[in-house]
Amino acid sequence: MITLKEALTKSKEELSEIVADLESKAKQSDLNAYVGFEKSGEGVPILIKDNIQVKGWPVTSASKILQGYIAPYEATAIVNLKKHGMMAFGRANMDEFAMGSTTESSFYGPTKNPHDPTRVPGGSSGGSAAAVAAGIAIAALGSDTGGSIRQPAAYCGVVGMKPTYGRVSRYGLAAYASSLDQIGPIAQNVEDAAILYDAIKGHDPKDSTSAEFEYESIADRLDRNAKMTIAVIDNYVEEADADVRNAFEETVRRLKEAGHRIVHKTMKNTKYDIATYYILATAEAATNLARYDGIRYGRRAAANNTQELFFNTRSEGFGEEVKRRILLGNFVLSSGYYDAYYVKAQKVRHLIRDAYNAVFEEADVILSPVAPSVAPKLGSIHDPLEMYKSDMYTLGVNLAGLPAISLPVAKNAEGMPVGLQLIAKAFDEKRLFDAAASMEKAIAYHDTYNERER
Amino acid sequence: MFETVIGLEVHVQLNTKTKLFCSCPTSFAEHQNSNTCPTCLALPGALPVVNKEAAIKAMRFANAIEAQIDEASRFDRKSYFYPDSPSAYQITQFYAPILRDGKVTIDLADGTQKTIRVTEAHLEADAGKNMHEGAVSKVDLNRAGTPLLEIVSAPDMRSADEAVAYLKKLHATVRYLDISDANMQEGSFRCDVNISIRPKGQEAFGTRVEVKNINSFRFVAQAIAYEVQRQTEAYEDGVYEQEVVQETRLFDVNKGVTRSMRGKEEAADYRYFPEPDLRPLIVTEEMKAAARELPELPDQKVARYTSEWKIKRDDALVIVADKNLANYFETLVAEGAAPKQAVTWLTSELTGRLNKLSKSIEESPVEATTLATLIKRIEEGVISGKGGKELLDHMMENNERDVDALIEKLGLEQVSDDGAILAMIDEILADNEDKVAEYKAGKEKLFGFFVGQVMKASKGSANPGKVNQLLKERLS
Repeated sequence: MITLKEALTKSKEELSEIVADLESKAKQSDLNAYVGFEKSGEGVPILIKDNIQVKGWPVTSASKILQGYIAPYEATAIVNLKKHGMMAFGRANMDEFAMGSTTESSFYGPTKNPHDPTRVPGGSSGGSAAAVAAGIAIAALGSDTGGSIRQPAAYCGVVGMKPTYGRVSRYGLAAYASSLDQIGPIAQNVEDAAILYDAIKGHDPKDSTSAEFEYESIADRLDRNAKMTIAVIDNYVEEADADVRNAFEETVRRLKEAGHRIVHKTMKNTKYDIATYYILATAEAATNLARYDGIRYGRRAAANNTQELFFNTRSEGFGEEVKRRILLGNFVLSSGYYDAYYVKAQKVRHLIRDAYNAVFEEADVILSPVAPSVAPKLGSIHDPLEMYKSDMYTLGVNLAGLPAISLPVAKNAEGMPVGLQLIAKAFDEKRLFDAAASMEKAIAYHDTYNERER
Repeated sequence: MFETVIGLEVHVQLNTKTKLFCSCPTSFAEHQNSNTCPTCLALPGALPVVNKEAAIKAMRFANAIEAQIDEASRFDRKSYFYPDSPSAYQITQFYAPILRDGKVTIDLADGTQKTIRVTEAHLEADAGKNMHEGAVSKVDLNRAGTPLLEIVSAPDMRSADEAVAYLKKLHATVRYLDISDANMQEGSFRCDVNISIRPKGQEAFGTRVEVKNINSFRFVAQAIAYEVQRQTEAYEDGVYEQEVVQETRLFDVNKGVTRSMRGKEEAADYRYFPEPDLRPLIVTEEMKAAARELPELPDQKVARYTSEWKIKRDDALVIVADKNLANYFETLVAEGAAPKQAVTWLTSELTGRLNKLSKSIEESPVEATTLATLIKRIEEGVISGKGGKELLDHMMENNERDVDALIEKLGLEQVSDDGAILAMIDEILADNEDKVAEYKAGKEKLFGFFVGQVMKASKGSANPGKVNQLLKERLS
C-alpha cells in the first residue's frame, strides 16, 4: 500500500485512481473493517472511526441506538484533515461507543484480524487498525480513551498514536469519557503517523479542554538519530506473557545498540490504573451517553409514555458492555458512594500522573508493553474483567493525559504481531516521534517480517 | 408561638446575547427549535464553551451585593432524564459557585431594616420547554442553554412580608444592573421558596418544604401563608412528623394551595460530578474591570433622594423599587420640576392614571419631559393644580404634547393679572353691597362667598391665591 507521505505527492487524477482502487479492495475484503464507504472532501483518503462526525455521514459509534442518525456538522479533526490535502473516506468499525478491547461489541459485527481472521483486531479502533494492516486504508483516524488506538495497532502490527490530552480537538468526537478521549492517527509507519498527527492537531476554541499553545510541525523534522534516555518499567514487563517479554528484551537490546541509554524503573501495580480508570471513565460515560434517549435523534423504541420511551429506547439501543459501563458509572456517582469511588479515584489519578512525571525527571521516554499478549481469538473473552486487564498498560497513559505511540516490534511463533509503546511527557510529541522513528529504524520490523509484500 | 423560617432560591435569566455554552442567540425566535445548534441540542461530539458575558453579569451582581467572587469557579453535571433536557444533565455549579457570601438589605413596614444573607449564586443552563397538545407532546429547545443565575439566600426571613421585600429588592437590583429582564410572567425571574416553622425560642430548624417555581410576588406571599397554616395545624394536631416531610411542592395558583410534587421515596439523586468538558472558569483582570462599573443602585438612590432632594424615605423607596420609575422621576427633576411636586405628580397622579389603563411606567403615553413642563407651569402659577390634572387627563387620551398650546386650547390659563381680577372683584362687591356691609359688620365667613363669586365670574381661571390676596385688600 502506498504510504501517506507518498500519496500526498500524487496528482488529483492519480488520487482518484487510488480512491477507486481502495474502494474496490475494501468492498471485497471480508474483515468487516469498514462499515460504510462514504466520501467527503478531496485528497488522500483517510479512513474515519465511526465516532468522529463527518458532515452528512451516518455516524453511529457502531451502536444500534444511533441508527438513522446523520451528522449535521463536522468534527474539527476532519476540518483540519481536509485543510492538509486529505479527505474522509469510509467509516471504520469499532466497539460500540468505543467501549471494548476487541471490536466485538459493534452493532455491525466483529472485525477480524488480518494476520489471523480467527482473532480479534483489538479495540476499540479495531476497524481502523485492521484496515491499515490489511492494506485497505492508507491511514486512519481512531480514538483512544484507555488504549483504543495503541492496543489494536499492536494487535494488527501497525503504528498507532495517542496525542497528549488537549492536543487534538475533541469537538465532533462522540464522547465516551471526556477527560480521557483523544483522536489520533493509525498509520503504516511512524512518519505517516506524524504527518496525520500534524494535520489534525491544534487549538480549537470549540473545545474548552483543548491546549492553547501551538508547537511546530513534527513530520518534516523527524530525527531518526536522536539519542535518548529510555525508562523501562520492570514490574510491568514481568506481568506480560513470554511473547511480549521476548519482544521487549530484544527491543531493549536493539535500542542500546542504537546508542540509547536504558534506565530501569518500577511503578505501582497496574491494578490501580484499572480500578481508577473504570470508575472515572464509566462516571463520565454514564452522563455522556444519557443524551441517547430517543427524543431528538437516532433510533426510538415504541412506547406508551415518556418514561417507557426512555426505558425502551435505551434498553433496546445499547449493547451489553455499554449498559454495564452506564450502570457502573451511575453507581459510582450515586449519593453515598461518590466520595468512596469518584473522589478517591480522582486522587489516585493525580498520584498516577505524579508517578509518571517522576520517571520523566530522569528519562526522555518510557518503553512499555501495549498489551500483555498478542491478539486473542474471536469470542474467547467471556469475563469482562479479563478484557479490562488487556488494557492494563495503556490506561495509565490516558489517566495521566500523556502522549504515547504503539509500534510493531516482532511477531510470535504464530505470526501474530507484538507492539510496544513509547510514552513521553505531556506535550512532548516531538521527542515521542523522534524516539519512535529511531526505534522503528533500530527494529526494522518491516524488513524483518517482510510486511510490505504481504 | 411559632416562628416562620424562609429561605429563597431565585432563578434569574441573564440577558446575554448568546446562550451560556454555545453561540445561539437568546432572543425571541419565531419558530420552535430554531435557536439551536449541535451543542444545545446535545448532538454526539458537541462541546460546551462558557459565555464570558454571563460570567461578567454574575460578577456585577456579586459586586452589587458585596459577595466574594471565586476566581476559579467550576461547573458540574446534574443528571436527570427529562425530554426538555437534551443532554439529560444540566451543567450547573454545585461544588464551586461563582459567588458566595453576599448581603441584601430590606426595608420593613415598621421603618426598620434587615440584612438577608446570600449564601451563594451559581451559573447554570436553563432547560427547553415541553408542550402538550392532546396525545402529542412537543419539545422546544430554543430556551435550552439560556444562562441562569440561581441566587440562594440563607434561611433569614421570618415572614411572607420579609420574603417579598427581599424578592423585590433582588428584582430591582438585577434590573438596575441590567443583567436580566426579570420579567416574572415570562419566567425570567422565578423562585423556589423553602418554608419551615419552629416553636418560638427553639434553635433547631423545623422540616423544610420547598415550593417550586413561583412567578409572582403575590403568589409567593400566598404560598407562604398556606404552608405556614398547614404546618402549624399539623404541629398543633400532633401530626407534624407525618404531614410535614422534606419534599418539593407545587403552588396551585387557582386554589391558593400547595401540593406534593413527588413522594419522599422517589427523592432524586442528581449524581453531581465535575463537568469534564470544561476547565475552571478563570476570572481575568479584563472581566473584573468589566464587572466593576456599577450603576447607581436602589440604596444609593434612596440616600440621594432623601438628602439632596429632601424626599420622604417612604416615597423614595416606592420610586426606586422600579428602575423605570426612578429614571422617570430623575428626568422630571432634571427638567426643572421641584422634587416634592415631582413625587406627587409621579406616584399619585400619573401612576394612578396608568394603573387604570393597566400600563407600566415605560408604557406611559406622557413622557417625563412633558410632565415636567406641566409641573413647572403649576409652580409658575400659569395653571392651577386642578387645571394640571385636566391637562394630564387630556394628554393621556390624546396625542397632543405641546403643554403651552394645550393650556391655551383648553383655556386653562389662570388670570393672575391684578387689574383683571380687581375689575371682577369690584363688580361683584358693587353687586353685593348688602353682603359687604354684613362682612364688615363681622360676618367673616362671607369671605368664602366672595371668593367663590370671583372664581365663578372668571370661569375658574383666576389664580385663587391672587383672588384671596386682592379681596382681602379691598375689604379691609
